[in-house]
Amino acid sequence: MKIKQLSIFLQNRMGSLSKPLEVLSDAGVNIRAMCMADTSEFGILRLVVDNPEKGKEALEENNFLVKITEIIGVEMNDTPGGLTTVLKIIKDNEIDLEYLYAFTHDKAGKAILLLHADDIDKLIEALEENDIVIVSANEVYNL
Amino acid sequence: MYWNEEIETMPRQDLEELQLKKLQSTVKKAFNEIPYYNKKYSAAEVYPEDIETLNDIEKLPFITKDDLRESYPFGLFSVDISEIKELHSSSGTTGKPVVSGYTKKDLDTWAETIARGLTMMGIDENDIIQNTHGYGMFTGGFGVHYGSHKIGAAIIPISTGQTRRQIEIMSDFGTTCLIFTPSYGIHLGEIALEDGIDPKELGLKAIGFGAEGWTEEMRQRIEKIFGTKAYNIYGLTELMGPGVGVECCAQKGLHIAEDIYYPEIIDPNTGKVIGADTPGELVLTNLEREGMPVIRFRTKDLTKLTYEKCECGRTHARMSRITGRSDDMIKVKGVAIFPSQIEKALLKAGDVEPHYMIIVTRPETLDEIEVKVEASQDIFFDGVKEMMAVQNKIGKYIENETGIRVKVTLVEPKTLPRFEGKAKRVIDERDLH
Repeated sequence: MKIKQLSIFLQNRMGSLSKPLEVLSDAGVNIRAMCMADTSEFGILRLVVDNPEKGKEALEENNFLVKITEIIGVEMNDTPGGLTTVLKIIKDNEIDLEYLYAFTHDKAGKAILLLHADDIDKLIEALEENDIVIVSANEVYNL
Repeated sequence: MYWNEEIETMPRQDLEELQLKKLQSTVKKAFNEIPYYNKKYSAAEVYPEDIETLNDIEKLPFITKDDLRESYPFGLFSVDISEIKELHSSSGTTGKPVVSGYTKKDLDTWAETIARGLTMMGIDENDIIQNTHGYGMFTGGFGVHYGSHKIGAAIIPISTGQTRRQIEIMSDFGTTCLIFTPSYGIHLGEIALEDGIDPKELGLKAIGFGAEGWTEEMRQRIEKIFGTKAYNIYGLTELMGPGVGVECCAQKGLHIAEDIYYPEIIDPNTGKVIGADTPGELVLTNLEREGMPVIRFRTKDLTKLTYEKCECGRTHARMSRITGRSDDMIKVKGVAIFPSQIEKALLKAGDVEPHYMIIVTRPETLDEIEVKVEASQDIFFDGVKEMMAVQNKIGKYIENETGIRVKVTLVEPKTLPRFEGKAKRVIDERDLH
């Protein structure tokens, strides 16, 4: 159920984003979703790809610093208020959310929200109790 | 104006005779009283009686900072601790610091060198000296202090920092001589101007500066800001402290107190003595020290010597401004830093030895150090907060180790240059040479 996300350390300088993406493309790894956390000096590029192990290997061969981080994906309605419902549950359960990002895909009317918290199991539990659909990792990899 | 005219203007031949006599007795004393020298000289099969001319000093092995460190704390003292009246220690170096011990006579000799220097700068008993060098284990503060007492000037032992108070005192007390490191001096001048006080109007007569690298441009800038001449003072804790060399009014090199310190210039790679007017590493020998005679100390400072008589009338050799180091020590804000200290701090922050690079800059007037560290698995986390914490932690460790606050930048793996053999860890962009 947990999605293996690639976290890549990058320096904040011109062109630093293109190299890892090139490496993945050359390795035939497809990107499903991405987000970037950055400071003035460095950034952490977070990617969900179709084959995380292969992606990590290719990046490491090219000297990138990569960590696999577990996140979860939940399905939400692609309508106003869709995100608020999920966030309210997280807040009510007093879970400290580290970051989130979202993307839409072919499934009409639905979007996938990717979430990371320190206590990821507690997060899963809280969402399931409130009938939020947690998408399987394979579903996200093979979209 | 001379403090000690007879000695300072002594014909070279007489001076060299005096030096030889003092060298012979120093070597004899060291050999007889200090096991370190006895062992080392015996191993090299050189004995006090082999010193028949000044050039015979070349037969003696060098002493290095590592040797001094191994003798920590009192291993090189030649007198009983009851004779030692003051102890100093060099700042921020790797491993054990170097200790310097002074007898009553040594303190007087030290004061003598500074007294000569202050006199060269035109300072006498009518002057008020504001000493912004730190008072403590660092020799800068007390060296100037004792010299000031000797010439009978009034000294303000204010130490470094409290810049606005410095300015207030300068203008209220009527300071006529300032002692500072060049970068602090420029900072002081700029703060004064910000506060609407023109340092030129304060009636300063002279500035003595030292303890860190500087360029001729910096001197000119200081002289322009303060409207007076600035003189270079050189020295090092191992030998005594500041006062080894001081510039005279001609500002054409620093006069080495040659009856107290014997200077040589060597090729840092071969250790061979090279002649006058050729740049190399300065090697110094105490000729007049009771407590801890240091013989043939490799300063690692690069300079050159001239023996031509100076236009000021002094016959003592002059060394040029220090143009660099023969090792990788850097001097930042007056503090000596070795890359190995940064290494030690980095090892505390992570388990593996990281690749790093030290970049020293002087964007305005103050030195800044940036330490670039290659990120690795054990210091990489999937959170900006954690990564910032890693940076701060490294910075804290480095500060604990060196006493200097640095900027830490994490960089991608394998982006810093690799070296075969000895790594070059320092990039000094201050353009001091």
